[in-house]
This record gives sequence, C-alpha cells and structure tokens, in this order.
Amino acid sequence: MSLELIDLSLTASDASAPLFAPLSLVVAPGETVCLMGPSGIGKSSLLAHIGGHLPRGFTASGDVRLDGESVTQLPAERRGIGMLFQQAQLFPHLSVGDNLAFGLSAQVKGKVARHAAVEAALEQAGLAGMADRDPATLSGGQRTRVALMRTLLARPRAVLIDEPFAALDAELRAEIRSFTLQHLQAERIPCLMVSHDPDDGAAAARRIALG
Amino acid sequence: MRLAGAILTLVIGAPVLLGAALTLATGFGWQPGLGRVALGWEGFTEALAAPGILTSLRLTLVTGIGAALLSLAASIPLARWLVTRQSASRWLTPLLAVPHAALAIGLAFLIAPSGWAARLVSPWATGWDLPPQIVTLGDPWGLSLILGLMLKEVPFLTLMTLVAAAQRPVAEQMAAGRALGYAPGRVWVRIVWPQLYPALRLPVLIVLAFSLSVVDMALILGPSNPPTLAVRILRLYGAPDPAQAVPASALAVILLAVMGASAALWMVGERAVARLGKALIRTGHRGVSRRNWSGAGLIGAGGTLALGSLGALILWSLASFWRFPDALPADLTFKRWASADWAGPALTSLTLALVSTVLALILAMLWLESEDRSGKRLPLGALIVLPLLLPQIGFLQGLTTGFLWLGLPPGPVAVTWAELLFVFPYVMIALAGPWRALDRAHLASAASLGAGPTRRLLRIKLPMLLGPICAAAAIGVAVSVAQYLAVLLPGAGRVQALATEAVALASGADRRLAAILALMQAALPWVGFALALAVPAWWHRNRRGLRGGVA
Repeated sequence: MSLELIDLSLTASDASAPLFAPLSLVVAPGETVCLMGPSGIGKSSLLAHIGGHLPRGFTASGDVRLDGESVTQLPAERRGIGMLFQQAQLFPHLSVGDNLAFGLSAQVKGKVARHAAVEAALEQAGLAGMADRDPATLSGGQRTRVALMRTLLARPRAVLIDEPFAALDAELRAEIRSFTLQHLQAERIPCLMVSHDPDDGAAAARRIALG
Repeated sequence: MRLAGAILTLVIGAPVLLGAALTLATGFGWQPGLGRVALGWEGFTEALAAPGILTSLRLTLVTGIGAALLSLAASIPLARWLVTRQSASRWLTPLLAVPHAALAIGLAFLIAPSGWAARLVSPWATGWDLPPQIVTLGDPWGLSLILGLMLKEVPFLTLMTLVAAAQRPVAEQMAAGRALGYAPGRVWVRIVWPQLYPALRLPVLIVLAFSLSVVDMALILGPSNPPTLAVRILRLYGAPDPAQAVPASALAVILLAVMGASAALWMVGERAVARLGKALIRTGHRGVSRRNWSGAGLIGAGGTLALGSLGALILWSLASFWRFPDALPADLTFKRWASADWAGPALTSLTLALVSTVLALILAMLWLESEDRSGKRLPLGALIVLPLLLPQIGFLQGLTTGFLWLGLPPGPVAVTWAELLFVFPYVMIALAGPWRALDRAHLASAASLGAGPTRRLLRIKLPMLLGPICAAAAIGVAVSVAQYLAVLLPGAGRVQALATEAVALASGADRRLAAILALMQAALPWVGFALALAVPAWWHRNRRGLRGGVA
C-alpha cells in the first residue's frame, strides 16, 4: 500500500497565491515521511485536505492516490485514511474500551471476537485492564497511545499525523513517538507526519521541507 | 444578600407555593369560602368518574410525550444541518419568539378543512367545492396539536443543541469519527449528539412538562370532546358551580402526578437508549454516507408551515370576503384593521409586558448584584425551575384564590404578578450567563480608581451589559405576551389581553379579528427582538469592543 500526492497545492479563499509550491510525493508502505515547515504555512490544512476534512473556503488542486487509486473525490469516511490529531480527540462520553470498539473495523464480527480485539489492542498499548476507564483520567501519553490504537483498529490504508507529540513533555515524547512509528512500520502503513520539531523529523525515514 | 434572597423568595417562590398548596387543598375538598373544611377523596373520585376521562388521559400522554419525543428527534438532524451554518440558525429566533396561541391560530387557518392549504389545491386538484369532511383540527389523536407544539419546540431544542455544541470541539470530533470511516450522520448521532445531551436534559424536561399541560394550543388545535386533561381542568374551573373547583383541583393534582410519572419514564427511557447506543457503537458498523436530507427536509417542512401560517393570518386580516375554494380573498382591505377593536387588547398586552419585564429585570439584577457583593451564589435555583416545570393550571387558579384572600382582587395587578412568575425565570436565565462572564478585571480596575460598588454597577456593569440586558428584556416581553392562563385566571375576565381575546375568537367566531389579534401577538415580540438588536448597536456605535453583545 502506498500514499501518493501529485502536484498538490492549496489556496486560501482570501489569498491569491497558493500556500506552498505544488507538492509531489510517494510514501511507501511502512515508511514515515515528515513534512517540515514554519507555522502558518498550511501544514495542518494540507493534512486535512489529504484526509478529506478541509473546511469550505480553500481551493485545492492536484490528486491524492492510495495504491494508484484517486481518493480526492471521496468523502473523508470512504478514503480509509486514519488521522492522529494534535489533541487525541478521544470521545469523552465513551470508556477507553468503547473508544477502541468504535474504531475497530466492522469486518471483525461477533461480540467475543470484537471484545478480544479491543483487549489485545489495550495490551499492546500497555493499557491492559483499562477498558472501563474514563478517557479523561488518562495521562497525555496514554491518550495518544489509545488514539493510535483506535486508528489502527479501523485498518487504515494510510495514516496522517498532525503533531500529536507536541503536547507531551520531552521525555515521554521520544517514547510515544517511537511506539507510534514502530507500530505503523510493523503494519506496513504509509505515514505522513507534519511537525516543526526537529526530533520528529529525525525519527522519520525522510524529511521534506514545505515552502 | 439575605434581603435579596428574602425578596426573591417572597415575590416568586411564595406565590407558586401558595397557589400549588391551595390547589392541593381544594382538591381534597377544602373550600373555606363555601364553609367546607372537611377533607376527603371525593374530588378525586368525582374527577376520575367523569365520562371520557381515560380518553383525556390518553390524549394528554400521546400529545405530551409524542410532541416532546418527536421534537427532540427532529432537532437532531436539524442541529447537524445548522451547526455548520451558523448564519442560518439566526432564522430560528423569529419562530421562537412567536407566542403559542398566535402560531396555533395561524396553523389552524392553514390546515383546517376550510383552511388556506385546502383552498390552494381546490378545486383543480381535489375537486372540492366545499370544505372536505376530513378531520384535521381537533383530530381524536391530537396530531394537529402535536404538529403545533413541534413547530414551537423543535426550534427551541435545536437552538439549545447549537448552544451546547458551541462549547465543544464538534468539528474535530466529527473529523475524528470520519477518519475512522464513519458516515457523518452516524458520527453526529452516535458520537457528537450524546455528548450534548446532558445540556439538553433540562430543556427537554421543560418541553415535556409544557406539552403535557399546555392549554392555549390545546384549545385551538386539540380535540374538544373529550379534550386533554389540562383543558378539562380549565373547563371545570370555569363552571358556574364553585363546587366544581374541587374535582378541577383534584384533576390538577392528577395532572401533576401524570407529569411526574412521565418525567420518570423519560429518564428510564434515557438509560435504555444510552445502553442501546453503546451496544450499537460496539458493533462498529460505519453507516452509509449520504446527504443530510432529513435536516434539509425538516427545514423545508417547518419553514413552509411557519410561512403558510403567517400568510393565512395576513390574508384573513385583510380579507373582505373569502369564499371557499378561492385561493385568495376576493379583495383586500384595511377596514378591519382601521376599526381598531384590536387596539385595546394590544395596549393591555404591551403594558403588561413592559411592567412585568422591568420588574423581572430588577429582580434578576438584584439577584446577580447581591451575589457579586457577597461573593456567594444564592441557593435559589428552584425559583427558576419550579414555575417552568409545574403545570400552570396546577397553581394559577389556587394563586388567584390566594391573592383574593390576601386582599388582592383579580385584575391587572394580579395578572402582572402572575406573569412575573414566568417572565422572571427566562430573564434570569438569559442574563445570568453574560453577567457572570463579565471580565472581572474591568471591575477591579474601576475599584482601584476609587469607584465603590454602586458606581461600579451603574457606570461599568450595566453599560457593558447593555446588549445582554436588552436581549433578556426582549425574551421577557416575548414570554409575557405569550401568557394565556396567567391572564385568564388572575384576570377573571377583567383583563383582556391579545392572548385571551385571540384564543376566544379562534374557534371561528370572527376569523378576521382573530387573525389581527394573532398577528399583533406575534408582532410585539418581533418588535422587541428588533429593538434588542438595534438599541445596543446604536448606543455602542463607536465602541467596537462592545458590538454584537446580543447573545
């Protein structure tokens, strides 16, 4: 599986020039590419566009392809592109386990199998036995790990990461980052990350400066 | 602080409790005015033995719970449609401001067998040369009543949903759900809306209580024989024999029990729905992406009914002669407007609205300012909730009796006081948020410049809060103009306001005058809201930081 961007560019509605030069890029399965650039250049908007979440008010050109198939015209939910947000965006009214169950692909059928899949994901994230916890009681690192597991359980064809480690303190950041990238690599999922943290860039397989 | 609490309890709390207590006592046969002081259950047995009582009970339950349930269900896709279109939600306010009676009369003129809707499609599409023998108004299941209630309650619940949504990262949660592959409608229903529901619980219970006990709409749109419990109670109170007040009050107590049981049932239902929702969430089914047709459809249907009702009122108010099945009156004339027999009730309603709103504003400021000065919250939340959750018919007649004992005969003063019981809670709700959110740094800097508490109130707080105060006043006027029972019962026929006159004429005695009265009843709140937008904008025209103060 690969994620391909072809001549992608974005223009804000009140601007005449595009936010950045047209971007072409192929992210191989299991590869992590980090887009670097100053804040305000439109890194988050670019990710939102690839994921299908761009609000009205932007004009976009170029194409997004997964395994050679264009997904630009598909709504967000049919692209199969998972996203890790700056805030983990766990659903506050659901338990940790139900957050994961919501993410778990519907192809896993049957109560027992689904329950087991959720438990296994919790264990992988080092959160065994925490299925009934309120997400609000988790630490920042735990929340990020749950968000990653929730995204992976949906079996995405690619994953986009929007500075999800920025809110963590420095020590934890390295640990959660390597945890996240290792999992994506193990599952052979192409991953595009945006950040202005040089350490994020160093951890990625490739760095591309946006400008 | 103590004084403020005492005043509020005396002015708002005491009348509600006095009225409710007297209703309860009367229900058990206590009528000292008639020399009867022995208590007993006869009132209840008499009330429950009345013919058709079970039909009335069924009607009350079907229309009350049905209207609340359907309104809530309709508000879900509607709020999803409006949450990304904040400018469109502005159009909810005019519909919210229309009094129930005015809307009911407009709807009746639209959907009656001889109404405008039938005229528009007759005879070319239907072949009707005479009004058809179809029961629309007053249908035995109360469907017209449910429709009328929904037209008022769907905008209210939708607005409450939007207010709750504004405090949460809705767009981000929607994106998170869609990134996991869920259709947007499903993310809204299973993820976003359940997070908003806790903020909707009290509004929903108020809607439920209101729908179960509504009188004016039920008189116009509901079946008349047998009618809903609330209308039945009003009829018994109006009977020539004062002894009928006993079964009437007993029935009011029964209605309160029905309301309590319905609220309990609702909360059990909430749990069941929450459990079902969790089970569905665990299945992981993603749903099908499609456009939000139900949201757009509801906007269209609601808008058509609202505009159609308004149109029917305007046409009837101007019609000289309007034969069925003509789509429009033969010719239009201002003759009926010029005869000005609507001016008296309009002036009465306006005066009642201004006086009760000013009093309510003073009470609300007294409450909020005394909290500021003492640094503590007044524990008087019941004063806001009680008048809205109790059935009006359950304490207003008792209150009228109580006023009489205390030397306050039925008339304008009693009506103003009764209206205040309903105007104050809404004014307080509208004003409390902005008042408490006022940046305390402004007050601290005023104090450091030597301004005492009174000067801070008059020179800093009130001018800065001009927008919210005007908005609260507009809400107060709208609530006051909409009051029906609070005019009818404590007025005892001596006070003729728009609501009581319009409802009295709505059954068809004089359609033209009824239309004019209903239009005036709708116009007063609209003028109020327009002024609430215009006055602060003009006052603060050179103060950019204070513009847009109306919530």
